[in-house]
Amino acid sequence: MSAEGQPANSLLLAVGQLTKLFGTFAACNGINLDIRPGEIHALLGENGAGKSTLVKMLFGVLAPTSGQIVWQGQPVRITSPSAARKLGIGMVFQHFSLFEALTVAENIALSMDPGVSLAKIAKEASDLSHAYGLPLDPHAHVADLSVGERQRIEIVRALLQNPKLIILDEPTSVLTPQEADRLFETLNKLKAEGRSVLYISHRLEEVQRICDRATVLRHGKVTGACDPRQETPSSLARMMVGSDVAHVSAEGTNSKGTVKLEARHLSAAARTPFAVALKNICLKVHAGEVLAIAGVAGNGQGELFDALSGEYPVASDDVILISDKPVGTRGINARRLMGASFVPEERHGHAAVSALSLSDNLILARSQSDRRAFLGGGPLGLIRQDAVKMAAKRISSAMDVRKSGENPPAGSLSGGNLQKFIVGRELDRQPTVLIVNQPTWGVDAGAASRIRQALVDLAKSGSAVLVISQDLDEIFEVATEIAVISEGKLSDIYPASELSREKIGLLMGGMYGKTETAETAHAH
Amino acid sequence: MRIELERRPDVSKLFSILSPFIALGLTLIFGGIMFMMLGKDPIAALYSFFIEPLTEVWSLHELAIKAAPLILIAVGLSVCYRSNNWNIGAEGQFIMGAIAGSILPVVFYEWQSPLVLPLMMLLGMLGGALFAGIPAFLKAHLNTNEILTSLMLVYVAQLFLDWLVRGPWRNPGGMNFPETRTFDATAILPEMIASGRAHWGFGFAIIAAILVWFMMRYTLKGFEITVLGQSQRAGRFAGFSSRKMIWFSMLLSGALAGLAGIAEVSGAIQQLRPVISPGYGFTAIIVAFLGRLNPLGIVVAGLVLALTYLGGEAVQVSLQISDKPIRVFQGLLLFFVLSCDTLIHYKIRMMWYDLSETAGKGIR
Repeated sequence: MSAEGQPANSLLLAVGQLTKLFGTFAACNGINLDIRPGEIHALLGENGAGKSTLVKMLFGVLAPTSGQIVWQGQPVRITSPSAARKLGIGMVFQHFSLFEALTVAENIALSMDPGVSLAKIAKEASDLSHAYGLPLDPHAHVADLSVGERQRIEIVRALLQNPKLIILDEPTSVLTPQEADRLFETLNKLKAEGRSVLYISHRLEEVQRICDRATVLRHGKVTGACDPRQETPSSLARMMVGSDVAHVSAEGTNSKGTVKLEARHLSAAARTPFAVALKNICLKVHAGEVLAIAGVAGNGQGELFDALSGEYPVASDDVILISDKPVGTRGINARRLMGASFVPEERHGHAAVSALSLSDNLILARSQSDRRAFLGGGPLGLIRQDAVKMAAKRISSAMDVRKSGENPPAGSLSGGNLQKFIVGRELDRQPTVLIVNQPTWGVDAGAASRIRQALVDLAKSGSAVLVISQDLDEIFEVATEIAVISEGKLSDIYPASELSREKIGLLMGGMYGKTETAETAHAH
Repeated sequence: MRIELERRPDVSKLFSILSPFIALGLTLIFGGIMFMMLGKDPIAALYSFFIEPLTEVWSLHELAIKAAPLILIAVGLSVCYRSNNWNIGAEGQFIMGAIAGSILPVVFYEWQSPLVLPLMMLLGMLGGALFAGIPAFLKAHLNTNEILTSLMLVYVAQLFLDWLVRGPWRNPGGMNFPETRTFDATAILPEMIASGRAHWGFGFAIIAAILVWFMMRYTLKGFEITVLGQSQRAGRFAGFSSRKMIWFSMLLSGALAGLAGIAEVSGAIQQLRPVISPGYGFTAIIVAFLGRLNPLGIVVAGLVLALTYLGGEAVQVSLQISDKPIRVFQGLLLFFVLSCDTLIHYKIRMMWYDLSETAGKGIR
């Protein structure tokens, strides 16, 4: 769909029938895309729609199987990121490639031509960052910087190459709403200078706000090209998902019961130099409640999960209580035996072992809590494969897990289906306490709404549910109570109905209102 | 140009089964080329290397004697490697097992009883396990790299044995040769069948292989080993302790290596000497991988590698060449096993670029 009425050579970039095959799987299938000079162009799509594959081909990380890329009227082959940079394409990845132990200037120097002095780079970076409203201290160590500041390094690093096109991959997924606003101002400045931006996102609201045009991908194909401002969020969502997504119903979850999960002044030192220490965390989750903990990635969510699950028990017993019993020093299986269940953030290699079958992955979480059903032979601990396989089958059908074959390896399932299995594996136990970290991270919209509904239903049936999530949409869908974690500290808990996005955004920045003065907490 | 390993979308079942055989075939071809370059007739050389030892009863017994320690050690190593603990020091654990088991027949040589033999075996296992406990402790509590520590301890064990047989344990009636006294008949591991020399060490190896196979296949412990080997984090989520697994796998493989050591000394050598192993502990690493870390596969692989020892001795006699071809053969075999396995899971892609077509100038 080359823009009509636009001569091809006035386009900055035109992509024609670009295809990338992995084996027989087409991650990108005949993609057409064009970008004009001085526009912010959105690339919309769910996780797994082929967005990342497409931009990796544009940035020379992956080689296309077929199709062509035309840059300023010339067909080109982009064989490496440095070739892309030489053409004038800059990229800011979703996962930063920064060395935490080095300074900002040193990190930038690593991507520049050798022979430029560090002092010169520091000066240029500092000038540039101020010009675009992205203040950065070039001599600060990356380890000491917030995620938002780290992203600025990546942006400045890309800008130093004086690119004509900047690709941003899900830039706001790690930012507070306020930080995101700042980023949008920068993008508008870039646009005013005549540079183009390819903006990858699945957040419709953002796209409508800042993007001039949008290309929508689904299952590796272009399903729509439009002006996002002319569309409604639901029409965009339909292009992305292919159908209307079931709405999560959270009604009737407000009956509070007894406290099932409690943390009393929970503190834990950081295990590694780059981890976050937990500071004096207090929370209570009642039966029938869904407490959601919001926060920007890397503010102690993983550490909080580790402490509450008992993967890394803490030093004293009475700072964590499950059903009023102190469990702080007990391991994860002891806590499971008290009726708690856990879903960690990372699916592969944490919640599940990719190379093992689904039934093996069921034993992974339940070898002790379902000892009587799954193990035989007394001290020998023989695994009763038939019983386990039956349970795995039951879970798959309860959660509508789509899979190839009876008992395939976990790694062969799509993210959404594996996550449904992992959540189903815990729900199948009817836990009294469920702790979930990022329940729908990287999961397609259909599976996400299925999982969210299951969490709400579990709370309705009288269990206590704790959801740690970065996704504010998700939080507002499932939560009855909301707290915010920032730099290892937890805010007060508010009823979900009393909080707005703006208030959460302030809390994410570390402004707790009651306990601390706002100015000191928000230093940068 | 750039060479890439690209993961194959699906792995051929047929070729995963054939892989060890392809590796064997390639080893034979390249081994033949090596003999040719040495100026020998490759067919005759390969015949005396690989076939001749299988044609006589006595040499089949020798095969079992050589295979026993290889299988015992490799079975233990398979548990280590599957759980992601890289014990490279089985040679040292083999030697320490032999030394610990020899305490009774060397120091307390006057005590003769049917209890001696079982106690020797137990002491041998204990010695090997304790020696493997050193790298286990260092890894579990000080986070050292077990590959380095276990390997370095091999030299400690070798020198300790050397010192013992030249010093305190030297046979007083042995004309000053660096050997201990020969073991009493009650301290000698009996033969398995009457037709030849093969002792019960081979029986131990088969029993150990079956028991470990059963554990890996059917029990929660085996599951724990697999999970921790694949992902420590998932293991922690399951409530398995990777620290305990370091101890378990290292002590188990140390005990089996120690048992191999004392069985070899008691059954085949019948005294301690400065050198009691032609590198069994290292060759067992090849056995473990050739057997795909599967205890039953290891039994077969152990017999194959034992054949390279016998064949190596045979060609020394018949073709008048040095013992180095044994090591070359074993090296070739390991190389081909690992590369066949890699190529089954990955394919090689050469990426040729026409530099004139690349956009942008000055890209080298």
